[in-house]
Amino acid sequence: MASYSTNEFKGGLKIMLDGDPCSIIENEFVKPGKGQAFNRVKIRNLKNGRVIERTFKSGESVEAADVIESNYQYLYNDGEFWHFMDPESYEQVTADAAAVGESTKWLKDQDICTVTLWNGTPIIVEVPNFVILTVADTDPGLKGDTSGGGGKPATLETGAVVRVPLFVQIGEALKVDTRTGEYVSRAGK
Amino acid sequence: MLHHRAQLLTKIRAYFEQTNALEVETPACSSYATTDLAIESFQLSYTGPGFPASHPLYLHTSPEFPMKRLLAAGSGAIYQICKVFRNGESGRQHNPEFTLLEWYRPHYDHHQLMADVATLVNSVLPAPREVEYLSYGEVFKRHLDIDPHQATRHQLQQCAKQHNIADTGRLELSSNDAWLDLLLTHCIEPHLGIKRLSFLYDYPATQASLAKIRPGPPPLAERFELYMEGMELANGFNELTNANQQQQRFNQDIERRDLHNQARVPMDKNLLAALNSGLPNCAGVALGIDRLLMQITHATHINQTLAFPINRA
Repeated sequence: MASYSTNEFKGGLKIMLDGDPCSIIENEFVKPGKGQAFNRVKIRNLKNGRVIERTFKSGESVEAADVIESNYQYLYNDGEFWHFMDPESYEQVTADAAAVGESTKWLKDQDICTVTLWNGTPIIVEVPNFVILTVADTDPGLKGDTSGGGGKPATLETGAVVRVPLFVQIGEALKVDTRTGEYVSRAGK
Repeated sequence: MLHHRAQLLTKIRAYFEQTNALEVETPACSSYATTDLAIESFQLSYTGPGFPASHPLYLHTSPEFPMKRLLAAGSGAIYQICKVFRNGESGRQHNPEFTLLEWYRPHYDHHQLMADVATLVNSVLPAPREVEYLSYGEVFKRHLDIDPHQATRHQLQQCAKQHNIADTGRLELSSNDAWLDLLLTHCIEPHLGIKRLSFLYDYPATQASLAKIRPGPPPLAERFELYMEGMELANGFNELTNANQQQQRFNQDIERRDLHNQARVPMDKNLLAALNSGLPNCAGVALGIDRLLMQITHATHINQTLAFPINRA
């Protein structure tokens, strides 16, 4: 089993903790001049996203997590699982709702996502920061209105609801920031 | 930063000139090394006249041993500013090569030396600070409600758990002192030296290092540390002068190093000879110049105070 010594700790390193794959966010070397050395580490649990602090004795070894991040193309949802394909090897993987999480709101067929796999199984699906989606439904706006003030809700083809300017019409393609869930601009076809 | 460092060194030298301590230099390379379990020396190999086959030399981790030889030879008060080297130490407050100010005052005890340290530090800070003196037992009582001199291993573990030093169930530490180090660094240090100079003194006898032990109960090491803004800046002792006790501590360290598969290093026989010939009662202290510079310049990482930190050295 692969392992890392505390001397290899750095941001982004993937280790196993209490049976879950985790990613190191911050690593601090703590040592009294005449005493025991420690590595005080901030870690994100990749399965539930929670951030915790752990202290290791310096020199200790910790099991490595078999975690890789790779680009996958989203294929379809079968009602229970989301299916993705490696665009180079055509190898397919299946993600459950826990892995897809909030990303489901922004997932459109063919889009390329970053998928984090642990022992070959997707545990995190991340959509690009910006996606282009078509408006499926919104109230008809007033002609001639410009982007100022107010706005209205629009339902996108994936089911996500975002606030858009009044001039946006059904069928238009929009650029949306997936991190904030906010409308950015119209995207010409 | 280069200017801040140069000014700091000038002020320090002026302080010692005024207070009658002599600046000295001692070897950075020695045939002997520190046996301290918490400190690892870099090892070199010398080949040349006198040593046709390679001869091991160790880079000093502090100039303490040869400075005590000078004291035993009657030097009087001395100080040294030098680079020291400690393997395995790198981080926000550590660089494997760093600058130490070390000084000794004959006929001082650790309380008198703490006052001396406070005067020096206040003379180099932009604004002098109030000074507080706290015993090791007192701070554990105040911040963790535990007696560090009496607590069992189990009580120390429970205390760490209660104070959310996560994962202590998994953490395996080889001694009560390591658990005390964990609690001190994680739960107490962040509160020490906030807007003031905080001295911690009277350590557990098991953490005496090279300090005199005052008989108990509980027996206490006449050792102190200085903290500023949660950061350890200096470590000092009322110096052990008894050669037999010193040799016993060396032997005990070496046995423990073997037990923990740490590098076997030769104890300093020259120091033992000096103690045998008679070291005057004295107190000595080592102060990290880079960390003091961090305090003066509000640097958040030791690398900011160094021209070229280890990753660019």
